[in-house]
Amino acid sequence: MREHLPVLQVVLPLVAALLAALTRRPGRAWALALTAAWLVLAIAIGLLLQVLGEGVTSYHLGGWEPPYGIEYRVDLLNAFVLLIVSAMAAAVVPFARTSVAREIAPERIPLFYSALLLCLAGLLGIAVTGDLFNVFVFLEISSLSAYSLVALGSDRRALTAAYRYLIMGSVGATFVMIAIGLLYAMTGTLNMMDLAARLPAVAATRTVPVAFAFLTVGVGLKLALFPLHLWLPNAYTYAPSAVSAFIASTATKVAIYMLLRFFFTVFGAAFSFDVMQLDWILTPLALFAIVLASLAALHQEDGKRLLAYSSVAQIGYIVLGISLASVLGVAAGILHVFNHALMKGALFMTMGCVMYAVGSVKVSAMAGLGRLMPLTMAAFVAAGLSLVGVPLTVGFISKWYLVQAALERGAWPLALAVLLGSVIAAAYVWKVVEAAYFRPPPAGSETREAPLGLLVPTWALVAANLYFGIDARWTAGMAVRAAEAVLGVGR
Amino acid sequence: MSADLALPLALAVPLAAAALVGLAGRRPNLREGLTLAGSGLLAAVVMGSLLPAVLAGERPEWTLLETMPALALRLRLEPLGMIFATVAALLWPVNSLYSVGYMRGNREGHQTRFYVFFALALSAAMGVALAGNLLTLFVFYEALTLSTYPLVTHRGTPEAMRAGRVYLGVLLATSIGLFLLAIAWTWAVAGTLAFAEGGILRGRLGGGAVGVLLALYIFGIGKAALMPLHRWLPAAMVAPVPVSALLHAVAVVKAGVFAIVKVLVYVFGLDLLRSEPSARWLLYVAGFTTITASVIALRTLQRGGNLKRMLAYSTVSQLSYVVLAAAILAPLSAVGAALHIVAHAFGKITLFFAAGSIYTAAGKTEIGELAGIGRRMPWTMGAFAVGALSMIGLPPAAGFVSKWYILLAAFEAEALVAVVVLAASTLLNAAYFVPIVYTAFFADGPARAGAPPASSAAAHGEAPWPIVLATSATAALTLAFFVWPELPLALALQLAGGSG
Repeated sequence: MREHLPVLQVVLPLVAALLAALTRRPGRAWALALTAAWLVLAIAIGLLLQVLGEGVTSYHLGGWEPPYGIEYRVDLLNAFVLLIVSAMAAAVVPFARTSVAREIAPERIPLFYSALLLCLAGLLGIAVTGDLFNVFVFLEISSLSAYSLVALGSDRRALTAAYRYLIMGSVGATFVMIAIGLLYAMTGTLNMMDLAARLPAVAATRTVPVAFAFLTVGVGLKLALFPLHLWLPNAYTYAPSAVSAFIASTATKVAIYMLLRFFFTVFGAAFSFDVMQLDWILTPLALFAIVLASLAALHQEDGKRLLAYSSVAQIGYIVLGISLASVLGVAAGILHVFNHALMKGALFMTMGCVMYAVGSVKVSAMAGLGRLMPLTMAAFVAAGLSLVGVPLTVGFISKWYLVQAALERGAWPLALAVLLGSVIAAAYVWKVVEAAYFRPPPAGSETREAPLGLLVPTWALVAANLYFGIDARWTAGMAVRAAEAVLGVGR
Repeated sequence: MSADLALPLALAVPLAAAALVGLAGRRPNLREGLTLAGSGLLAAVVMGSLLPAVLAGERPEWTLLETMPALALRLRLEPLGMIFATVAALLWPVNSLYSVGYMRGNREGHQTRFYVFFALALSAAMGVALAGNLLTLFVFYEALTLSTYPLVTHRGTPEAMRAGRVYLGVLLATSIGLFLLAIAWTWAVAGTLAFAEGGILRGRLGGGAVGVLLALYIFGIGKAALMPLHRWLPAAMVAPVPVSALLHAVAVVKAGVFAIVKVLVYVFGLDLLRSEPSARWLLYVAGFTTITASVIALRTLQRGGNLKRMLAYSTVSQLSYVVLAAAILAPLSAVGAALHIVAHAFGKITLFFAAGSIYTAAGKTEIGELAGIGRRMPWTMGAFAVGALSMIGLPPAAGFVSKWYILLAAFEAEALVAVVVLAASTLLNAAYFVPIVYTAFFADGPARAGAPPASSAAAHGEAPWPIVLATSATAALTLAFFVWPELPLALALQLAGGSG
C-alpha cells in the first residue's frame, strides 16, 4: 500500500471522476467528491512524510524500469505541491455543495463534480510524474476539464470566457507538445532525469534552445505570465464561485511547478539562466505583472475580476522569486505558491459567499455588507490583509523572503517593486472594504449572512492564513528545503 | 508579580478591555465603567510593576512567538520604551474620563465602536513601546494605523472618509514601501533585528549607504510627520477630540518619533551616525519641519482658522523637536528627545482637551470665535494657557525642561543650526499661542456687545465636569513635570548612559 501512494494520488480522483459522472444525484456526487478529495489529501500528507523520512520516492508504473517505462518521481518540491493542490481541493469541495447548488442547474451537478475531480487528477498528475509526455497528457486532462468548469458559470459570458481560455490554453499546450517532441528527437528519452543527464551533450545545437523557447512560452501561457494572462481575468470572473476558488489557487500553481521542474531539473539552472539568460525575460515580465496588473486590479468594479487581476500580479511575485535563481529566491517563489493559494482561495470563497447572498459581486453591490454579512466580510478583511502582506499573515512571510532574496542579489529596484505592489494591493483591497464597511446598505436590503456550509470552509482557509503567518517555521523551512532540492544544492 | 510577566499583561489588558467593551455595548454605563477600569488597570500594571523594575536597571523580556526561523516577536523593555509606555498608560485613564464627557456631551454615534477601537489602539501603542526588535515594532506600528482608522473616520461624513483615505494612504504607503524595506535591508546586513545598546549596524554598513538607509527609516516612519509626509496629521483632525488628544497628540505620533529615536539609538547607534557625514541631513530636515510647520500654524491663527488644525501643525513642529534633538547626536540629545516626548504629550493633550471643551460647551471650532471665552470657561482656558506655556517652553511648564536639555545637547555638540532653529521656533510658538490666550481672557466677545452679561453667561458656561476635571488634571501634570522632573529624567539619563 505505502509504496503505491504516488500512483494512488492520481488514480483515486480519476476513478472517482468516472463514478461521479455515472451518478444522477447531486448529493451522491458531492459525497463521492468529498471522500475522494479528503483521501487524496491524506495520500499527499503520507507522501510528504515519506519523502521527508526516506528521501526521493520513485515509482515505476507497471513495473517497467525507467527510462523505458513511466516513472513517478516525488521529491520535496512536488510533495509540497501535491499537498497544496489536494489541501485546496479538500477545502473547496465542502464549500462547493452550497455554492454550486445555487449557481448550477441540478442535472449538471454530477457532471460538475466529475469535471472537478478530473481537473484535480490532472493537476496532481502533472505534479507527481517524472515523465515528460505524461506531463502533457495530464496537462490536457486538467485543462480540458477546467475549460468545461469555467463554461458552467451562470453568466452567459462564461461561455466566451471559457472559449478564450480554451484557445489560449490549447496554444500553450501545443507549444509544450512541440517542445517535448523536439527534446525527444534530440535525446530519444522522455524521462526527466534521463533527459537532464543527456541534454548537456546536445545543448549546443539549435534545436534545444528552440525547444526551450517553446516550453517557456507554453508554460507561460498556462501560468498566466504577463502578457500571456489575457485568458485569466474573464475565466476567473465568470466561472462558478467554487471553480474560481479552486482554479485560482491550484491551476496556475501547478504551472509554476512545471516551470521550476523544466528549468531547474530538466534543463538545469546553469543552462536556463547562464546560457539562455532566462532571467532577462522573466524578471521584467514579473515586474510588469506586479505593477501593471495591480494597477488594473485597482480599476475593477467587479470583485472577482479585481481578485483575478490581483492573481496575475501575485504570479508576478512568484516568477520574480524564481527568476533570481538563488535558493532564497526560489524558496520565496515556492513559499508564495503555498501562501497565495491560501489567500486567494479564501478571498474567492468570500466572493462565493457574497454571490450566494447578494447575487452579484460588483463592488457597488457590496455596500453595507460589513453590517449585513459580518462574518463573510471579516474573512475578506483578514485574507485581504494577507494579500497586502501585513505582518502575522502569510502574505507578509512571502514578501519578507522575496525582499530578502532581492536584497541578497543587491537588486534594489526589485525589492522596491515588491513593496510598491503591496501598497497598490492595499488600495484595491481597501476599495472593497470601504464599500462594505463605510457605505450604507441599500434601503430595505434583506441580505443575510451566508450559510455555515460556505462560512466554515472560508474561515478554515482564513485561519490557515493566520496560522502559517504567525508560525511560518514549517512552511518556510519546507520551501527552503524544496528550493535546495530543485537547485541541487545542500542536502 | 514579576516584571517579565507584566509585559504581555500590558498588551492583554487593553485587548481584554476592548473585548468586554464590545460585549457590553448595549449598556453604556457598564461599557464606560469597563473602559475606565481597563485603563486604570493598565496604568497600575505599567507604573506599579514595570516602572520600578526598569528604574532598578532591569530589562524585562518576553517572547510572544517565533514567526520565521531565527525571527521572533519579542518584547523587551528599556528606558525609552518605559517612558513612552508610562506616558500612554498614565494618560489613557484621564482621556477615558474625558471621552465619557465628550462623547455623551456631543451625542456622538457609534460609541461602542469608538471605545473598542480606542482600547485596541492603546494595546497597539503598548506593543510599540515594549517591542524588543524591529519586526515586533513594525507589527504593532501597523496595528496602530489600522486600529485608529475607524476612529479618524468616526463621523462617516464624506469629509471624514476623504481624510481617512489620506491617513491610511500616507501611513500604509510609507510603512510598507519604505519602513519595511529598511527593516529588510537591516536584516540582510546585520543578520539581526534586535535593539541593542550601541546599535547593530556599526562596522557592517558605511558611507552613503548609511544616509540612504536612514532616509528609508525616517520617511518610512510616517507617524513622525516629518515634512513632506505630515499631511495625514492635519487630515486626521476630523476625528472626535479625544482621538486627536490621546492618539494624534500622544500615542500615534509619539509612536512615530519614539520609533525614530529607537532606530537612531539602538539600530544605527549614535557613534555610527556621528562618524558618517551622509547622515547629517536629518538635522536639516527636522529643523525645516520645525520652522515651516510653525509658520503654517501662525498663518492659521492669522486667518482665524480651525483651532484643531493649528494645534495639529503645532504638533508637527513639536514632533520635529524630538527628531531634531536625537539628530544632534550628542550624548545628552537622547535625553532631550525622551523628555520632550513626555513634555509635549502632557502639554498637547491639555490643549486638545481645552479645544474639545470649548466645542462641547460653546460649539466653537474656529480661532476667530474665541474672544472673551476665557471669562466663561476659566478652568478650560486656564489649562489652555498652561499647555501653551509648555509649547513655547517657558517655566513653570514641562516644555521648559525638555527644551533646556535639547539646548544643552546642542551646545555640547556645537550644533549651531539646532540652536537657531530652537530660538526661532520658540518665538514662533509664542506668536501663535499668546494671542489666543490674550484674546480669550482680555478681548470682548461678540456676544458681550449689547447683551447683558447675565444672559450671555447663561448661553454657555464650563463644559461637563468630566471634561473639566480631565483637562485640569493634564494641566496639573504639565506643571508637575516642571517641579518634579526627577522620574523621567532618571529614565532618560539611563538611556544616555546606555547609548554612550
